[in-house]
Amino acid sequence: MNRFPLWKYVLIGITLVIAFLYALPNFFGEVPAVQISPVHTTEKADSALLGRVESAMKTAGLGYQGVELAGNSVKVRLASTDLQIKAKDVLQNSLGERYTVALNLVSASPAWLSSVHALPMYLGLDLRGGVHFLLEVDMKAALEKAAIRYQNDFRTELRGDKIRYGAIKREGDTVTVHFATRDQRDAALDKLGTAFTDLAFTPEDQAEGFTLTARLKPQAQTQVQEFALQQNITTLRNRVNELGVAEPVIQQQGASRVVVQLPGVQDTAKAKDILGRTATLEIRMVDEQADPTAIQQGQAPFGDDIVASRDGGKIAVKKDVVLTGDSITDASPGFDSTSGQAAVHVNLDSKGARVFKDVTRENVGKRMAILLIEKNVAEAITAPVIREEIGGGRVQITGMESAQEASDIALLLRAGALAAPMQIVEERTVGPSMGAENISKGFHSNLWGFLAVTLFMVIYYRVFGLFSSIALAINGFFLVALLSMLQATLTLPGLAGIALTLGMAIDANVLINERIREELRNGATPQAAIHAGYERAWATILDSNLTTLIAGVALFWLGSGPVRGFAVVLCLGILTSMFSAVTVSRAMVNLTYGRQPRLAKVSI
Amino acid sequence: MLEFFPFKKNIPFMSWGKVTTSISLLTFLFAIWALWDKGLNLGVDFTGGTVMELHTSQPADLQAMRTALEKTGLTEISVQTFGTSQDVLIRLPGKGDGNAAETSNRVMAALKGMSSGIELKRVDFVGPQVGKELYDNGALALLVVAGGIMAYLAIRFEWRFALAGMIANMHDIVIILGVFAFFRWEFTLTVLAGVLAILGYSVNESVVVFDRIRENIRKMRGATIPEIIDDAITRTMSRTIITHGSTQIMVLSMLLFGGEALHNFALALTIGILFGIYSSVLVASPLLLMFGVKREHFIKQVEKKQEAVV
Repeated sequence: MNRFPLWKYVLIGITLVIAFLYALPNFFGEVPAVQISPVHTTEKADSALLGRVESAMKTAGLGYQGVELAGNSVKVRLASTDLQIKAKDVLQNSLGERYTVALNLVSASPAWLSSVHALPMYLGLDLRGGVHFLLEVDMKAALEKAAIRYQNDFRTELRGDKIRYGAIKREGDTVTVHFATRDQRDAALDKLGTAFTDLAFTPEDQAEGFTLTARLKPQAQTQVQEFALQQNITTLRNRVNELGVAEPVIQQQGASRVVVQLPGVQDTAKAKDILGRTATLEIRMVDEQADPTAIQQGQAPFGDDIVASRDGGKIAVKKDVVLTGDSITDASPGFDSTSGQAAVHVNLDSKGARVFKDVTRENVGKRMAILLIEKNVAEAITAPVIREEIGGGRVQITGMESAQEASDIALLLRAGALAAPMQIVEERTVGPSMGAENISKGFHSNLWGFLAVTLFMVIYYRVFGLFSSIALAINGFFLVALLSMLQATLTLPGLAGIALTLGMAIDANVLINERIREELRNGATPQAAIHAGYERAWATILDSNLTTLIAGVALFWLGSGPVRGFAVVLCLGILTSMFSAVTVSRAMVNLTYGRQPRLAKVSI
Repeated sequence: MLEFFPFKKNIPFMSWGKVTTSISLLTFLFAIWALWDKGLNLGVDFTGGTVMELHTSQPADLQAMRTALEKTGLTEISVQTFGTSQDVLIRLPGKGDGNAAETSNRVMAALKGMSSGIELKRVDFVGPQVGKELYDNGALALLVVAGGIMAYLAIRFEWRFALAGMIANMHDIVIILGVFAFFRWEFTLTVLAGVLAILGYSVNESVVVFDRIRENIRKMRGATIPEIIDDAITRTMSRTIITHGSTQIMVLSMLLFGGEALHNFALALTIGILFGIYSSVLVASPLLLMFGVKREHFIKQVEKKQEAVV
């Protein structure tokens, strides 16, 4: 009665081999590596890049252990961290700015394991060190920005059709156009209504004149917000690429949030600074008629804003925005050819170039302010006098204090403007040494706990205790293999989860062993006792595991970050333990005792 | 055969009903009082704010650190050591201002200026909005788990079992929370995960006893319900102690080797495991008796169920 058919043994054997194979990469550790990936996401890492990397390493005389093409990057394995840092410098110099070269760690497991997708477990940030940010996009500001755009577009549109209008004012996310007569207003309503189908227009007759108020339709608002989020994610991706992080994660979370995870980043302050910067560029005209003393006292003339300028003074600029950072296609740091000052060279897209050309032609001799807006504070970098019409969309901005500043501003402008400001609403930073400590703490919790449980089981249940312990160890293997296969994120609470599931998994074997003892006490033959013990305990094992599974699933559903890692381990551990504690331990018992028809005594 | 609990006769658990119920009631009331009077010491995960963990190369001069930090203009800063004199924990309350994320940068800048050899090990910054969401989700998770387990027990056994099991386990949860409140231990997201795991785990215990009760109702035709329950508890006693003992060994290992990050998690599990044993034996079963579990309405369901199981 205690015999398995051959296929069951074979099946158990196969699962064990597979589990061992997929758990194996975790035991090889990691080697230092350098990872090269293209800065622009549209470009691909290919064998040509691989060749260039290899030849660069050879020219520099740096020995390496292997080069491979993985995903959209090339990874070079190196023998030591010293070589790693040298290789990084060598490669960055020879490949230039189009590629990011980042330090990384790769698994030291042999290539044949990677070729069957046997990878080590994916470690969470609390185990490998790094930064986790949750950023929230300011959706109100996204709508206001859209309104600013419409404000400009209305002007061009009405001017093009020679419809006379008074002022175009924006308040929050609504734009109001004033007219002198009803006819002009109605003509404008016709014109704008057909040109801007995303907007809802409300005409109003007021004592002082006729107005037309525009506001985005609800579905257009959602669209603007979705677009803002996507645009911000793209921008973040570009900025992260500039930072040179090996395996960044940038994902949307919910309707207005973005998760950014930067494993292995050492200088977290710099990362936070670059990501959190909301720098946008605006070009506006300086109000030359404004009264200088009023400006000094901070009284903004009607229709103007007062902003600080680099030299410590204040200037009044018109509220109307000529161009925003959206029109910038490229920006690079450099020097002014005549004065030798640090400068940023900016390229505009075709629409921006056209507007810029018109504005400069109409305003020769007047001053134009270039504003850098960070954290809702605008600062005029420079306010040069327009000498002549500037066409072609190539603009040079001077007024930077140093070459470093020019290069920072260029980076921010090039990496793209944010469609709307973002705020960090959650940060979790784990230093690199802390990550390693956490791994060792989690590992030791598991190791010593496991050894103590094993010792106890063997003393208390003898041979059956030994089988239970082996089953428990196999359960650990299954769990590690499954986590590696799924590439689920392993966190410190996840490691605690492994310890906890191992502690709970032994419950199934205790239930079985106690049942067998009880049957023996009641006078059953050993064979019958073993059979009854396993059969009767199964229903209880199922029941008790299912309740824990309910808790695990709820945690996974509602938990976040590290807690979710705990939930994954808990759920998987329950599933693997049901197999290992019941089927695998039974196979061992059957192999040992099942073949003896006149079994007189079992060691339990 | 090595046996810790060679009980030959049933232990009359049910006749102790009054004593055990009063004990549970007292601990429960104590826990409620602690929660009411002291409240949970909610971690930064739920309240919002910043926590920083630093390591200094020499024993930390906390007074100098406080002085340096006061100059940054940040308020209500708490600076203390934990574990060793070189590990410093800095807490700042969550303020609604937009630059809260920059707080840790300002703190580091101020401290770096004071002395070198300060290493930043961990920063947790949680905005007030996110903290509130984590809190709400945690509470929701607790309800979902409790509801899910109750539904499962009601389907698998009977509503009286579900109710008794759930009351016994909520009793455990309240006591864990009460102890955390009493000792002002920090209640973090990880601790919450531990509490929820305990909720699932400690129901195990009730399930095992309930399973036995169901089986005994079928087998022990002549016995009264209290006798049946006593027998079920006595027979599962050995398993109960050994199972929980094994789990506790793992948890103890976490407590000893897991360091600061897992300390409170392991504490919550320890309390949960101890009270889990107690409550499933001495709370759930008397409750079952109180709810008037009867052989007749239960046997019918067992027969129906048996077909499905076998």
